[in-house]
Amino acid sequence: MTPYTPIEVLISVIVRLLEGCRHVVTGAASPIPGTAALLARELSGGTLRVNILGSTRNNSFTNGGVELFDLAAQGRIDAFFLSGGQIDGQANINLVGAGVYPDVDVRWPGSFGSSYLYFLVPRVILFREEHTRRVMVPKVDFVSAPGISPTHTYRPGGPYKMVTGLGLFGFDRTLGRFRLESVHPGHSLEEILDNTGFEFDYEPDVSITPPPEGRVLELLRSSIRAEIAEAYPRFAAVLGN
Amino acid sequence: MLATPLCELSSLAAMIPHGAMVAVPSENAGVAMAATRELVRRAVRDLHLVCVPVGGLQIDIMIGAGLVATVETSAVTLGEFGSAPRFTAAVREKRVRVVDATCPAIHAALQAAQKGIPFIPLRGLIGTDVLANHPDWKVIENPFQADDPIVLLPAIRPDFALFHAPVADRNGNVFVGRWRELLTLAHAARRTLVTVEEITERDLMEDPQLSVGVIPALYVTAIAEARYGAWPLRFGDQYPIDQAAVGRYVVAARTEAGFQDWLRDWLASHAAQMLA
Repeated sequence: MTPYTPIEVLISVIVRLLEGCRHVVTGAASPIPGTAALLARELSGGTLRVNILGSTRNNSFTNGGVELFDLAAQGRIDAFFLSGGQIDGQANINLVGAGVYPDVDVRWPGSFGSSYLYFLVPRVILFREEHTRRVMVPKVDFVSAPGISPTHTYRPGGPYKMVTGLGLFGFDRTLGRFRLESVHPGHSLEEILDNTGFEFDYEPDVSITPPPEGRVLELLRSSIRAEIAEAYPRFAAVLGN
Repeated sequence: MLATPLCELSSLAAMIPHGAMVAVPSENAGVAMAATRELVRRAVRDLHLVCVPVGGLQIDIMIGAGLVATVETSAVTLGEFGSAPRFTAAVREKRVRVVDATCPAIHAALQAAQKGIPFIPLRGLIGTDVLANHPDWKVIENPFQADDPIVLLPAIRPDFALFHAPVADRNGNVFVGRWRELLTLAHAARRTLVTVEEITERDLMEDPQLSVGVIPALYVTAIAEARYGAWPLRFGDQYPIDQAAVGRYVVAARTEAGFQDWLRDWLASHAAQMLA
């Protein structure tokens, strides 16, 4: 048995991706990014600002739901998280449904703020635990938000990395392609190739994602777990189990 | 002295006619669940719901109960409880029209209504299928700078805003605190209907610490007291989500028959009873 869980690996990966950020915000249905952001704040010695949607305690907004979006448009948010029911090799994301819109075969919740924030936040981290050909498709059925845009489109932001249950990818905005950076412990390059419906760049001897270490695990299982419980009680209850 | 906006919950709910455009907040900002139950009891039809900016349990119930013709939203989800089963089923069976938006667009379109202007520009969106499929949005060139396309959104002016707040006074002032999208919503809507946990005898405008978080009576059409009015949803720091109750809903609403059984029990009950 390993001394850490797969969820703890994902959280520690995200914590590293937030290094150097001044302000990180997490959105709807984002317990793992939210936990990682709180942990990154703790490790930063208080220099990182974190706002968690759905939290009262870890949310300093006083101008209502619009404030997040105004902050993003002004360049005051360094990192945000988006996901997708489908994600393709150009980092297009689909949060609306599978099939031909509007008569989709499967309907998902909807695009949330993605159609806007993907354009404006410099480090958008795509996060999706499920890494299968159902999710990682050749081409999304509906573009909630595009990975890349023509040069005349106002776009200071975009995809920075993608974290899945199997590995960590970088994204080259010029090439419009993912590059596998590391494979999480317990998984393999072959497994990632088998479960990805699009092409991506990789080294045959790609490295293994470094596992979480002592202090990270200690904080995660104590104060941070208690902190995230306010916004995500069901998630906090299973974290570390 | 103005006539009091205070009324019974059933009278408040009776103000919303068939076919009205009703804007409601997301689950962290105060959802008027008790008032929603009254609307379901009345079997109001053909509503155009605007979620500010996303919907959850309230929307799922209203769609399941057949009240909704159109839902304009950035998402409908039960959060940690997963996908919204009656919304999902209604989309699949084409029983509800969804106008897919994105959160900042709904906020901005309400701000346009608040300002009394016909439209408002917004960044992002270009190249998305949200824009390509939206019935009303347009792309223009920035008139102040060449080669800078930008999206214009028409104002959203709801017939009604409907939400739950902590406290109101007898003059009709409503305290909403930090949830300032409720202020925008009240400014944008033609009529604002509010349920509150309590009616206070003090004047909320007299205390400067409170008045910054107040929607003045000017914007408020009706207020009804509804203790635990957001139940089973969380209401700020006053009460957490009733996990057992929402969990029961999620299981029941997987099927049409299960949902109808749940609905019958819900209509027959009061929040206080359910909490006991």
